[in-house]
Amino acid sequence: MRIFGLNRRIIRVLLGSQYAHMLEYRAEIALWALSGVLPFIMLSIWSGSEARSGLGLDGVALDRYFLSAYLVRQFSVVWVVYAFEEDALLGRLSPYLLQPLHPLWRYVAAHLGEQLTRLPFAALIAAVFFAVQPATFWLPSPGGFLLAWLATWLAFAIAFLFQSLIATLCFWSEKASALERLQFIPFVFLSGLLAPLSAFPPVVRAWAQWTPFPYLIDFPARVLAGQSVDLMAGFGAQLAWIAVLLPLVLVLWRAGVRRYSAMGA
Amino acid sequence: MIQVDGLNKIYRVAEKQPGFAGTLRHFVRRRTRDVMAVQDVSFSIEPGEMVGFLGANGAGKTTTLKMLCGLIHPSGGRVEVAGFSPQRRQADFLRRITLVMGQKQQLLWDLPPMDSLRVNAAVYGIPEAVAQRRIRDLADLLELGEELSRPVRKLSLGQRMKAELLAALLHEPEVLFLDEPTLGLDVNAQARVRQFLAEYNRRTGATVLLTSHYMADITALCPRVLLIHQGRLFHDGPLEGLAEQLAPEREVRLELESPGEPEALAGFGRIERMEGCEVRLLVPRDQLTEVVAQLLERFPVRDLDVTDPPIEELIGGLFRQGRV
Repeated sequence: MRIFGLNRRIIRVLLGSQYAHMLEYRAEIALWALSGVLPFIMLSIWSGSEARSGLGLDGVALDRYFLSAYLVRQFSVVWVVYAFEEDALLGRLSPYLLQPLHPLWRYVAAHLGEQLTRLPFAALIAAVFFAVQPATFWLPSPGGFLLAWLATWLAFAIAFLFQSLIATLCFWSEKASALERLQFIPFVFLSGLLAPLSAFPPVVRAWAQWTPFPYLIDFPARVLAGQSVDLMAGFGAQLAWIAVLLPLVLVLWRAGVRRYSAMGA
Repeated sequence: MIQVDGLNKIYRVAEKQPGFAGTLRHFVRRRTRDVMAVQDVSFSIEPGEMVGFLGANGAGKTTTLKMLCGLIHPSGGRVEVAGFSPQRRQADFLRRITLVMGQKQQLLWDLPPMDSLRVNAAVYGIPEAVAQRRIRDLADLLELGEELSRPVRKLSLGQRMKAELLAALLHEPEVLFLDEPTLGLDVNAQARVRQFLAEYNRRTGATVLLTSHYMADITALCPRVLLIHQGRLFHDGPLEGLAEQLAPEREVRLELESPGEPEALAGFGRIERMEGCEVRLLVPRDQLTEVVAQLLERFPVRDLDVTDPPIEELIGGLFRQGRV
């Protein structure tokens, strides 16, 4: 039986092939994992600043938050718009459109394969972090870890759908990735990569909570770091964003395919 | 199996004048014009037929193929393939067709073809044992062996094309749309792909619509041809007659030991090009054997090759002469 065009065999084979594919690029992926150290840079800036006390995270809590932010980011990075744009321009999308499987599943599998490849590198960086700052070491409880894993996975789903929405614009404009760059600044600012959302003025914080950005890093990172967080509100917001984005992606996709002229094919 | 009635496709293309002023004008006031890529094309193809689709570059062949497989939507007219409307791209329809494009690939570049074949088998719901048997049979026909376990990027163009064909045919489609499947392949690989397609058609009774730049592909495989020019269908019928009409001459390429004299070669055919030791002659089909024998006897020939002139030249010549 197929659910959304998938069954267990397709999932197994797609994930297996995409993982094998991503392993071919392991050196590049290791560099990507290394290049995502912005949270550590921010941690060092905040640690040396008197403003640290205003962040609302005392002692090792701030260190744990930024390490969690790094880990969450590693497993929710999305690049579908760039891959999709290249495939559309080079005509590689055409064979995918002619198979009885929604092409977006291939990109989902590619992302999951990439995350699996990233895992040892991210774990290594976390180990180095603990070796340098042993006082920050903690292990989340199994329940806490599961919740953090779920929140990270939902963050990935939101980011993937959001970027897929932009990617479907490739059917109209050949360079839709420019739009992705446009949303990168609010993402960095409001997601919690630069500072926990609690550090922001109440007005900004209230406004940010109506965007998807805090649910991409800040919320899952707090869950992973074991900080007090409103789980119902956080998960509710994540599911609500998925419920808004998913139909939009599907409708835009259908309209886009109607317009598709198989560029370059 | 394939029904096409009054098919049209109009593309809207942007028009921009060259230079800085043209760029500015284009930015401020974008001008577009409509291009009729396919105009009022009608034909039908019976189950099991192998039909050649001929036309110069930009004639509308690929656009028509893409409309037949549902990749692009027609601007007008009606298309039915295997009882389905292609543009709806229903899963049952997609399981019945395949599109092979000579210059595009579906195989994962960094992995062996076998990985992509496993994905295709799962996507099309082919049981593992059946998929293994089909892979074995098709690989035998295509003379593929350990190549299936080597990364695609390490395969030659011919091996890659054969692996692409295997991937495209694993689900045993009833209708094959082949767009330049032998493009860029050497003579041996072309012949092998042709043999394979003929055998596949014989074994499975699949319907095949084939475009090619090589006349030899069409003559070897397609008893019937469709000829399209500037989006309009000009000929729909048997290849016999049209082949001679299209290519009454064959091209003889000679490489001589020393530069030849045009006067000495003029009597053997029409000299298309002569540069140093290399000569390109067009020789009437019925005189080919005799002319080649005489050339070998009278001139110090280092290399000799006989081919059909490029299909664009043949079709262009036909239209210039007003023969279609």
